[in-house]
Formats: sequence, structure tokens, C-alpha cells
Amino acid sequence: MTTNRTSSNKLQAGNKSMLGLALQDFWDGIKELAALIWSSPTAMIGLVVVLGWVFVAIFAPFITRYSPLEQDYKQINKSPTPDHILGTDTMGRDVWARVAYGARTILSLGPISVLAAFLVGLVLGLPAGYYGGWVDEVVMRLLDSLMAFPTILLYMIIISALGPSYFNVVIAIAIGGAPGIARLVRALAMDIRTREYVAAARLRGDPDFLIMLREILPNCRGPLIVDFLLRIGYAAFYIGTLGFLGLGLPPPTPDWGGMVQEGHSRMSANIWPVLSATVAIVTLVIGLNMFADGLREESMRYQ
Amino acid sequence: MDQIPPIEITPAPEPPVLVVKNLAVTYKTRNRSIEAVRDVSFEINRGENLGLVGESGCGKSTAAFSIVNFLGPNGRVTHGDILFKGEQLRNRPESELRKLRGSQISMVYQEPMSALNPSMRIQDQMAESLIVHRGFSKDQAYTDSLEMLKKVYMPDAEGVLRRFAHQLSGGQQQRVLIAMAMLNNPSLLIMDEPTTALDVTVEAAVLDLIAELQQRYQTAALYISHNLGVVARVSHKVAVMYAGEIVELARTTNIFHNPLHPYTMGLMRCLPDVDAPKGTRVLHPITGRVPSPANLPPGCIFAPRCELAIPACTQQHPNLVELSTGHQVRCIRAAEWASTGRIWSLSEDGNVEPCPDRAQESVETVLKVNEAKVYYPVPFKTVAGLFGMEKRKYVHASDDVSFSVKRGRTLGIVGESGCGKSTIAKAIVGLEPIYDGKIEFLNVDVSKQLNKRGIESIKDLQMVFQDPNGVLNPSYSVGDQIAFSLRRFQTVPPTQVKSEVERLLRAVKLDESYYNRLPRQLSGGEKQRVGIARAIATNPAMVVCDEPVSALDVSVQAAVLNLLLEIQNSRNTTLILISHDLSSVRFFADDVAVMYLGRIVEIGPCESIFCKPNHPYTTALLAAVPRPDPDVEPSRVRLSGRVPSAVNPPDGCRFHTRCPVKIGQICEQQEPPYRALGGGHIICCHLTEEQLINSISGS
Repeated sequence: MTTNRTSSNKLQAGNKSMLGLALQDFWDGIKELAALIWSSPTAMIGLVVVLGWVFVAIFAPFITRYSPLEQDYKQINKSPTPDHILGTDTMGRDVWARVAYGARTILSLGPISVLAAFLVGLVLGLPAGYYGGWVDEVVMRLLDSLMAFPTILLYMIIISALGPSYFNVVIAIAIGGAPGIARLVRALAMDIRTREYVAAARLRGDPDFLIMLREILPNCRGPLIVDFLLRIGYAAFYIGTLGFLGLGLPPPTPDWGGMVQEGHSRMSANIWPVLSATVAIVTLVIGLNMFADGLREESMRYQ
Repeated sequence: MDQIPPIEITPAPEPPVLVVKNLAVTYKTRNRSIEAVRDVSFEINRGENLGLVGESGCGKSTAAFSIVNFLGPNGRVTHGDILFKGEQLRNRPESELRKLRGSQISMVYQEPMSALNPSMRIQDQMAESLIVHRGFSKDQAYTDSLEMLKKVYMPDAEGVLRRFAHQLSGGQQQRVLIAMAMLNNPSLLIMDEPTTALDVTVEAAVLDLIAELQQRYQTAALYISHNLGVVARVSHKVAVMYAGEIVELARTTNIFHNPLHPYTMGLMRCLPDVDAPKGTRVLHPITGRVPSPANLPPGCIFAPRCELAIPACTQQHPNLVELSTGHQVRCIRAAEWASTGRIWSLSEDGNVEPCPDRAQESVETVLKVNEAKVYYPVPFKTVAGLFGMEKRKYVHASDDVSFSVKRGRTLGIVGESGCGKSTIAKAIVGLEPIYDGKIEFLNVDVSKQLNKRGIESIKDLQMVFQDPNGVLNPSYSVGDQIAFSLRRFQTVPPTQVKSEVERLLRAVKLDESYYNRLPRQLSGGEKQRVGIARAIATNPAMVVCDEPVSALDVSVQAAVLNLLLEIQNSRNTTLILISHDLSSVRFFADDVAVMYLGRIVEIGPCESIFCKPNHPYTTALLAAVPRPDPDVEPSRVRLSGRVPSAVNPPDGCRFHTRCPVKIGQICEQQEPPYRALGGGHIICCHLTEEQLINSISGS
């Protein structure tokens, strides 16, 4: 018993130091990333804009006076007043509240749908790139047939077939984004599979799925992270478009695209709902793109 | 070609072509500025060739590129003078430098393929510089280009002019680049490792050409190389660089026969000698690594790696002192050695024991390869082929290769690139499928691919790879990667994995602190050691080493070769050493197989391969090895032409298209027999033993 305990104690101590080292590594990684972002003005500006929207989304209840669904029939289509800093829409809802809560929608929907797209893209792209040959041929032709549709048309087909809902928007963006991601992953995997550490993994008899997950995937992460950020930007843009076409989230959910759709027919009378939502979409997309581009440029500069 | 002619020592009436004085170059990186080159001074006279040698990262290329301001956007000359024919080049506007670069200073680069424009015909690329810099008409420029190509002994010069870069072999491309560099009859030629990317046979021919052209046109040349043998062959003066400084500068004979800086001595003591039989030569690696210019040690920068350092060395930074005429050394103890003469010799016994000869000890055959063929299918180019209506073509990467290896011995496989030596290695470990034939390992048939082999065969047959940058997964720590193997094969109980990894790290001369390091924090040699630790983690019976040291610096090469020897001696591991470097094979191997175009042309004990009689191809390979000794008369045996395509290998003897001693039709039509010369020495040639001896001495 005693020996057992001492050995388990020792093990714990070992684990602790291992955990400490892992944390140290993680912290070093963060510091390195911070230095990278700090040295690129583009990435810095992008990050500030994006973090601004994240702040708005998280603290929406504290920085707005009204609920986004609260209708006030005495205050319809008002211009900005100290009470309603961005005015009100056709139903008398506070535009600022809808923009702030809309940020929640888009900042949760965007990453989740892109994550879903990455899952699909990885499952298709990794084997295609690693095995090559007929596996690659079959996967690529499948993706080509998807890519043959204009993206927005593909989204419209999927949403009108499944009906507009939070979950279906995720599915549509996952299907629409997967081919591009799969192609990127495939290209990276085709390069990495020729590296000698992959041969070394084969020489210890590792099964193929383990090689793909342990040897290839972690080394794709740089380009994939940049692509992920860019795609959140595109997703925000497409979610807006779907909202405008009436295929986004069902009303009365606060949604930037939906706000433009609802407000555009009365634009000449009250431009504020449309303008606010448009500026919101534009700044978020540009912010994400600047962040991703700056990160990519800066990480490639000294190579 | 001939020996380098001696240069007149009497002061030349004309000023030196190039004078570099107290040059300093700084690179700006994200966090700070790094002084990559400091206090570098040298002169090059007309017709003189200055060799610039040193390990990688010593600032050789930076010093050379600063002359023409090719330092890239973040590099800048911060101090010193660059005088070209008496004129200051530093701070000249880019437009003037560009004019100078095309007409008076020419450059030849390491990678001929990337130095040529792939979308322009050779004639247009060559003519361009004549048209731009000298205002020639197109026709005249073409005529001159043709003439120049003939002067560099380009076979079929007219045909080459009309081709694109990818239609030429590496040697031809480099010849075109040299011709291009010589077109405007430049006063200064800067060559950055021009033969490093070439095969040894091609390298020898290109070196002949450089020496001859320089002599004929009296061009001054700056020749950068990491290979001391190459520098001994072409240079009159040698400057040894270390961590951004010149540590020794002298005439070539002095550098090689009377080196006075410990770094120069170290560089020479770690070279294997192709002419020394196995067991007679000891390699002394230089310990440690080149310090980063951002983090230089105090005092003498070489002191931390110097075996001869005394406490005073770390106190003050030594100056470059001229000890005898033209011999400058940056070492405070140099005068001591200059007066006492040589303080070391090549045969001197150090801590390392010479490699024992295991020729007669072993009887058990570990690996038996029997007529193994590795073919790669050529993709169909026609629609008919796609539907199976055309005969499938194959690249004959390895053809009918047979050999066997006994336990505890080393088989070296040598040959030019593309001769199939790596292919057969990969087939043995199972990374490439075999088209036909049989491979038996420890009496088990392993002629199938990895996933169909038993775990025991996989465990007992491991590999050491070539590229230190690709050998480790950048995402995992060193310890994790070795542990992967231990866990997979359950070599030790799971609780002991960590201590076993540490034991392995110590076995390859790295300490436990490396466990948590990431590959990018390691130098090339350290990565290669980890690769070796991973390969021996499973305690394999055989390790296949595919060019394990060819991407490493010479000082590190020696350490890795010593390590492999030590591991072999302590574990009785059987090794296959694939290498294009005959010196390291002679140092290391017990048996040697020479491959040409997928076939073994000669196989036998190391000593009989390196002595006559041998196959004409082996003779040529041996003749081409550059010797690190300026007094060795370069051999006249040279191979012409290029390795033929492996899709349609020549009939008869595959070597007949390039063979200098071809005897006639029989070589073109009949496959030569494998002729046993006794002692296990087998030659695949139509010539008899006497003919082989006579033909070689007569040619």
C-alpha cells in the first residue's frame, strides 16, 4: 500500500510539472501571437474592430436601454434622440438595441457555422490529400459539383428546402463552405504527406487515421487559422445576405441582414435602421479580413 | 584540366579588382538588428580566386552579396568600404549598381534551376544581357551567345540555345549560367556554392571549367563554398569565416598544410578521407554550434567550441594579425603554433576509436534482396492509354537488384542522384511497393508494403532520414516523438517510457533537457540525432540510413557519423548507408554497392571497391571526389553526358552511353555478366580484369 501511494504521489508530481510545462508552452504561444499582432498595424486595427463588436455582443444588456423586441407604437421611425441613440424602426424598436443584440446573433452563428464547415471540409480534404489516387478523384469531383453552384444560389436552395432557422443557416454555410476548405486541406495534406516524419510514423505502423490526425492536421494549423478568420467574415456577409433575402433567422430575431430587409422600403423616410445595420456588417467583415490578412502577412514576413 | 597556375607574388602594377575593408552588414528583424558580418576585409587581384569557406550561418553569402547590394529589404551595409577597381560601391544608387552587375560583376548561384527563367529560351536569356548592357543587335547577340556556349564546352550548343531551362540537366544549366556570367567578360565573378546542387561527377567537370575560364580570361573570382575539397581545387587564396568574421586568410597551400586557427584545423580534422581505408581514420567533430550573431560570446567568438582555448581567450576579442606574408589569423595563440609547427595530425588518435573492421566476424545473413524491381507507372498521356489500349510504361527505378547483408556489418550504397539508391532503401523498409522480386529479412518474407508486414518486422527494420528539417514533426516535443515509437511497440512498460526516452537521448549525446524542446529550437545536427534516437528506440536489428549527413555541416557530419558507428558497435546493429559522398562511405562501410541507373554495377568489400580493378563508373566516381589537398593532381577521368531516362534504359550495358572505356558493339547489345573477382567482389562489365586495369591507367 505504502509503496503504491508513494508511486502515485510521484506520478502526480510528475503530472503537475508536465501540466506546468504545458501551461508555460501555452503562455509562450500566446505571447508570441501577441507580438505578431502587435507588429502588424493591419492586424491590430482589425483586432480592435472585431473585439469592439465582441464587447458589444457580450455586454449588450448593459449598454442598451431597451430590449430588441420591445415595440413602442408611439415612437415609430424616429431619428436619433438621446433616448434612442440610433432612432427606432418601423415597429418602434430601438435600432441600437437591435444592432447590439444582432451582434450576438452574427458572432455566435458565424463561428459555429464556419466550424461546422471546417468539420466537413477536414473529413473530405484530409483523406483526399493523404491517399491521393481514386479517393482524391471521387472527393474532388463531388466538391466540384458543389462548387459549380454560385454560393448564394446554393444557400438559397438549401434554406428554401429546409426552411429558415438558426440550425439550417449553420447547415447551409457548412455545405457551402466545405468545398473551399476541403481543397485547402487537401493541398496542405498533399505537401505534408511527403515529409519524412510521416514516413517515420508509417515505419512505426501507425494506422492512417492516426497519421492524418496526429502528423498532418496539426501542421496545417497556420493557414487554417487564417482561413477560419477570413471565413467568419464571409459568413457574416452571407448571413446578412440571407437575412436580406428573408432566408435568415426568422423574425423577430435581431439580425443585421433582416434589419436592412425590413427597413429598405422606407429608406427615404428613415435611413437609420438600414444604415446602422449596413455599417455594422461592413465594419465587422472588414475588421475580420484585416485581422486575418495582417496575421498572414506578418507571419510570412521573415521566412 | 591543369593545376591552378601560381600567381606572381610580386606586387602587381594594377590595383586589386576588389578591395573590401572593415565591412559590417546588419539585418533588421522583428525584434532587433543583427550584425551578421563584422570587420571583414579582403582583396582579390586580377585572375585570382578567393575561396570563402565556413559552416552555414557564418555570413559567407552575406559578405559576398553585400558587394553588389543584394542583401534584401532588411539588410544594410553599416560600415566599411567596398572598392571595385578603386571605386567606392557602397551607397551607390541602385541604377548604377545594376549597370555594373550586368557588365562588370557577374554572379553564379547555387540553384541553377531557379536562376534561369523557365519561360524564356536560353538564347533569349543569354542575349538579353548583351543587348541591354552593350547595345548589340539581336543577331550579333545570338552569335556571341553561341560562341560562349562552345567555350564552356556545351555539347550541342546550337540545340541548347533553342531549349528552355527545364529541358537541360543540372550540369548543363550551370554551364549555361557560367557562360552567361562570362558573356560580358566581367572583371569580377561571384560564385555562391555553384556546384553544391550538382552530382559529384558533374561537379568535377564544372570545377575544371571554372579553373580553365578564370585562367584564360584572368577574371577575379570570389568563390563561396562549404566544401574544403572544392576550394582546394579552384582557389588561390582562402578566407575562413566563422560567425560573421574572417578568422584566417592565407594562400590555399598554407591553409591546408599549415592552418593556424583552431577552427580551420577543426574543419579539416572532421573530414573523412576518400583515400584512407576504413579503420585508419578518426573523425574529430567540432563540438557545439555556430553562435547566433545576436548572441555572441565574449572574447574570441570561437573560444566556447575551441579545444585549445586558454582562459585568456575569453577575456579579449583577438584581432586579425598577419603572421607571415599574406597569412592572417585571428587567434591569440597563433604565433605559438606558427613557431612550433603543426600541432595536430590527421592520424592522431583522440578520444574516438577508429572504426573496427568487422569483415570476417559475422556469418548470419540479416537481409537478402533477390532481384528486386521497383517500377513506377508512367501516367498515360493519351485517351487510348486511359482505356487500357496502350502498353503501360514504367520508370525502372531499381532493376534486378540483389545483395545480402550480414549481421553487424554496414553496406554502403553509392551512385549519382537518380540511380535508384534511395528507392531500393525505401523498398526494403516498406515505404515503396516492390514490382517484382523478393526481400527476406531475418528469414521472413517482407516483399510487401508496410501495412501488410508483421509488427515484428516493422520494429526490427527502421530508417534514418535525410532532411533534418523534415525528419521531426514540428508540432510535438522531441520527447513525445520518441515516446510515440516506444508506446506503439511497447518496448518498455508505459510507466517507464519517460525514463527510456531520456536514456535514448543520452545515447545520442543529448541530455534530458531536450525532452520538452520543440524541433524548431534544435539545430540540424541535433534534429538528426533525435531522428537516430527515434530509429533505435525499438532496438531494431537493422537501420537503413538514407543520406543521414548530406544536409549537415562538415563538423556536424563527423559527429553524426561517429555516433552511428558507436551505436553500431554497442548494439551490433546492421546498417545500410546510402550516400553520394564516397568519403563517408569509405570511412564507414564494410561492403559497398555501386548503383547506376537502377542496377548494381559493382559490389564487394569496401577495400576492393576503392582499389583497382573496379568498374569504369566507380573509377569515374572516385576520380571526381574533390580532395581537400591543393597538391593532389586532379584526375583526368571525367564522365560526359547525363544519366539516361529510366523509362527507356539503354540496351546492353546501361552505362555504355557514358562509358569512357567502351569496347564496342557488345556493350550496346549484350547485358554484361556479373563477374566474380574473388573475395566477394563482383563487377558487372564486359571488360576482363586485366582490361579494366589497363584501360583505366591508359586513359
